[in-house]
Amino acid sequence: MTPQTGRLGAAVDTVKPVASGAGLLDVVVDAAEHVADQVVSLVLRRIDGESFPEWAPGAHIDVHLGDGLTRQYSLCSDLNDREVLRIGVLRVPDSRGGSEAVHEKLVAGTPLTISAPRNNFPMIDSRKYLFIAGGIGITPIIPMIEAAEAAGREWRLVYGGRSRHSMAFAQSLEDAYGSTKVNLYPEDEVGRLDLNAILGMPRAHMLVYACGPGGMLGAIEDLCMGWPPGALHLERFSADTLGAGSVSAPFEVELAKAGRIVTVQTNESILDAVEKVGVRILSSCRAGLCGTCETNILSGTPEHRDAVLTEADKDANEVMLVCVSRAAAGCDRLVLDL
Amino acid sequence: MTTSTSEPIVFTGDPYSEEHLLNPYPFLASLQEAGSVSWLESEQTYAITGYDEVYEVLTDFETFVSSGGLGPRDIRKDDGWRPPSILESDPPIHTLMRRALTGVINPGTVRALRKDFTAPAVSLVEALVQRNTFDAITDLAEKYPIEVFPDAVGIPQEGREHLLPYGNMVFNAFGPENYIYHQAFAEGDEHARVVMNACKRESLTDSGFGAGIWAKVGEGLITEEQATLLVRALLSAGVDTTIFGIGNTLSVLARHPEAWERLRKEPSLAKFAIDEALRLESPFQKFHRTTTVDTELGGVGIPAGSKVQVFIGAANRDPKKWGADANEFSLERTSSGHVAFGMGLHQCVGQPIARMEMEIVLQQLLEKVVSIELVGEPKPILHNVLRGFESMPVRITTQR
Repeated sequence: MTPQTGRLGAAVDTVKPVASGAGLLDVVVDAAEHVADQVVSLVLRRIDGESFPEWAPGAHIDVHLGDGLTRQYSLCSDLNDREVLRIGVLRVPDSRGGSEAVHEKLVAGTPLTISAPRNNFPMIDSRKYLFIAGGIGITPIIPMIEAAEAAGREWRLVYGGRSRHSMAFAQSLEDAYGSTKVNLYPEDEVGRLDLNAILGMPRAHMLVYACGPGGMLGAIEDLCMGWPPGALHLERFSADTLGAGSVSAPFEVELAKAGRIVTVQTNESILDAVEKVGVRILSSCRAGLCGTCETNILSGTPEHRDAVLTEADKDANEVMLVCVSRAAAGCDRLVLDL
Repeated sequence: MTTSTSEPIVFTGDPYSEEHLLNPYPFLASLQEAGSVSWLESEQTYAITGYDEVYEVLTDFETFVSSGGLGPRDIRKDDGWRPPSILESDPPIHTLMRRALTGVINPGTVRALRKDFTAPAVSLVEALVQRNTFDAITDLAEKYPIEVFPDAVGIPQEGREHLLPYGNMVFNAFGPENYIYHQAFAEGDEHARVVMNACKRESLTDSGFGAGIWAKVGEGLITEEQATLLVRALLSAGVDTTIFGIGNTLSVLARHPEAWERLRKEPSLAKFAIDEALRLESPFQKFHRTTTVDTELGGVGIPAGSKVQVFIGAANRDPKKWGADANEFSLERTSSGHVAFGMGLHQCVGQPIARMEMEIVLQQLLEKVVSIELVGEPKPILHNVLRGFESMPVRITTQR
């Protein structure tokens, strides 16, 4: 099996000191349930009995697993039920232990610390949606489907996995919405997702939301180059894009030309923070898709989260898209040509 | 969908009269006042002038298709003058061509050209600042893209003089077959032959965008014919439009000395100035789409098979979208969302190249030119669908 690393099913191992105070929530595992091969669903409830803050489809939480180990998991619970949060965790045997820790240690009654929900994969309103999920990448898609259905939008899900047994929530989704809207592709029965057929014919006013392993997302990105710019929204599930730096700590951005230093909070983008102090950056999609806000980096290491720069560009660290990309772990200050 | 649709207001003015082509905005304002969607009697098409309605036409590529051609004739019924380009195609054929093109032209590949594109701008501007006056069009705007862009595509030196006349034909054909069209097509066969020849694999260098497009044939994404058509699309769409983009930006800035002064202090605002100038003086002013089904737009019922004419120049000055000062240039405005490059499926693939060319030229000027003013009125070009100038004498001051 291909190791799936990343922040959904099995997030990147993020070793950092457990921050205390702001934004952290003490929760208890209310229920832990095996929902598919190697996948456990955890329902979390606040210890103080309060409701969770409001969150939107595509949001995730950091789960602090002790010993400085932090993992990020997409929320897949009912948007309207603020009493609980649900995450789905895929066990990845060769990962550095995050998902194993979850699988082995987290049983009902276990207390743990999580971050408040944050969203790097926001759902934009549109008339039609095509959702594509690979494996545990289904988790952020579930609340999106609920939202699309509640708003009466036209939508369809294509969901691929190794086998029915490995595909978390597949049966419940099919039962809830029917097989016309929910198209399941267990590889051992029907072969791999035929992405060429699925994406070969762009549709007007349709957005594509995809989450899954890197190879699948790469193919989707390539095919969506034939779609209207901005149609594709994806969440990577691999270490390279959502690297160890996808942390919740604020960082500083020095604007070399403007001679200012701006602090970027965890709930805002560099673009937001810079605009707030009155320095303008030309931008368009604000979602890492169009490349308009590309900015030169004078020093510091970014964590690239966009879908525009090539791997070579990302490695060179000379430019970044400030609408989505951030400072990498260990980089407290980025100096930008602004 | 709205069930009660009304008949469009019939508008009798002619968008293609010389007067309206040379001075389009008062005409467009009256057309827009008649309605966001109206019926143009002279052209027998629907005129779409509201920003929201233009946006809808551009983004609903299923209802408003491109395969009918961008001109007034339905090229599916009546053979066009050339094999249909990517602009004149719909999914799924369009999809493969677009994928090929986006794979070759994207922010990363364009960024790699910045150095090559900067040197010619530096020498052009250095030579111009030795003079007190020059023509911002013939001495600068027309010189620069033709120097850098064909090299980036990788076409031979020989025959490049055909590029501008060819672009002129292509764009004029998006309007009616009037005398302007016929003038543009006077030596059309020769221009088309030379350009098509330059698009062949064996004519192209190994490293340009052209070669990149042909590599997509090897990958099995597109056919050889499609590769030729894509290179042709670059050559026909990538030169005139950028020339006009540079010229139109300078025409706006020459009238706004305060903006020039501010840009010299804050050169990072150059991108905004360009965007705002493109909104105000959009090079590509109008083209057509064809409806596939009976539809409704701006409250007006439009039957299937209709030609609708999209007025970019009106949408980009629609007061409903841009406010009461929509006709004014403002560095403070957020011009993002303008449709000068189109929107959606057919949005200009060359946009990063065009923006980079415009920005490089403007940055060079801002560095060396203290002030720039018009010496008399710029002379607009007589063109069916493009807005630009054929001459614009300017006077500059430089640092002592």
